[in-house]
Amino acid sequence: MVEIHGDTITGEKVLRCLAEVLDPEVPVLSVVDLGIVRSIRVDDGSVTIAITPTYSGCPAIEPIKAAISDAVLGMGLSSPEILTQLSPAWTTDWIAEPAREKLRKYGIAPPLPRSAEVGIVPFSEISSHIPCPHCDSLKTEELSSFGATACKALCRCKDCREPFEYFKSF
Amino acid sequence: MTSNRVEHGGAAHTSSRKALDHFVLEIADDALVLGHRLSEWCGHGPTIEEDIALSNISLDHLGQAQCLYELLVENDANYGSADKLAFFRDSFEFRNCILVEQENGDFAQTIVRQVYFSAYYYFLYEQLSSCPISLLSDFAAKARKEVSYHLRHAGEWILRLGDGTTESKARAQAAIVQLWPFVEELLAPSEAASILIAESQVFEPSTVSSAYKQYLETLLSEATLEVPSSTAASPLNGRQLKHSEHLSQLLSVMQSTARAHPDALW
Repeated sequence: MVEIHGDTITGEKVLRCLAEVLDPEVPVLSVVDLGIVRSIRVDDGSVTIAITPTYSGCPAIEPIKAAISDAVLGMGLSSPEILTQLSPAWTTDWIAEPAREKLRKYGIAPPLPRSAEVGIVPFSEISSHIPCPHCDSLKTEELSSFGATACKALCRCKDCREPFEYFKSF
Repeated sequence: MTSNRVEHGGAAHTSSRKALDHFVLEIADDALVLGHRLSEWCGHGPTIEEDIALSNISLDHLGQAQCLYELLVENDANYGSADKLAFFRDSFEFRNCILVEQENGDFAQTIVRQVYFSAYYYFLYEQLSSCPISLLSDFAAKARKEVSYHLRHAGEWILRLGDGTTESKARAQAAIVQLWPFVEELLAPSEAASILIAESQVFEPSTVSSAYKQYLETLLSEATLEVPSSTAASPLNGRQLKHSEHLSQLLSVMQSTARAHPDALW
């Protein structure tokens, strides 16, 4: 949920605008889908947006900040102040079902709920529960716990034999 | 008594503030130095997946270091900037532990270093994430999740190396013994940590230490490897600014561009 403060009418417009700003690394999800945008405040036309980083090392954070800024400028508003908010820590549980469906269609298995997390036991022991985004089979295996980006693991389906990425629960 | 408190309030505050800064620098410098070491694997990993995994873990650590340096700068402008802390301090000003400055060695040495390091931070962050100092708890809640993936990754490799071929097992066991003397420094609270523990109970060292040892014993026995029985600890101690020569060599590479072109923007 994104909190909106101050001028809520303009705030809602900013939110709708940010819902179109896509994550450069998973370009089917917007920064709002991902839960990166935490709050929007509009006072006398000046906009403050609090965002939370995903992984500490995510190189997409700078391009994301620039894209958010450009989007707000594109609305005819002044350049927003973008604050980084560490707490509460970002979690994949904030990715809602419609966004999970977008991921599936894109060929990425959406994250399991955090409650399915099993601490630090080897990842291979839980990957069998990740449904294949292509054929829904549960007979899948993990090939590498770090895929093209830190947020994804590389998996393979033993039924349809297709490789796929899994958006790790975090 | 009341007047005493007021009188010494400032001094006590300054000393605990300094301890907090030092403790944050210990964590940040650990992350920066290990992040750089892991980045040395980029382009040299045994497989493309592993190359990418180590690079991703490296990025997590560089991001953690940057976040902590920025928090320090936010609280005290005298630190200048995150870049200044990373690139313009000398080896005798770094507070990282000796373990992270050790050279990568073979793949087994890198993986054992990852297990020793990530397991410690996993259990430390678990405690820090509910500590009363919000700067530490906010950071730890986030970093713990990252480290849990680093630890799973390293743990899986230890199982494969230990339970793999005669060669992989021998190399893994040799690495376990070689890096063991640097573990004590992680488990023994530094001077800065001790002050914070006494004042604000930021974490319980014995809980971290026993969880750590228990985890290692379980993991290594499953991997058919042995926890060393030696109690010999390295005389070096990064928390006390006594480093091995590896750190200055690492810094000379890592800092060279920033120092050759100070204030350059890219």
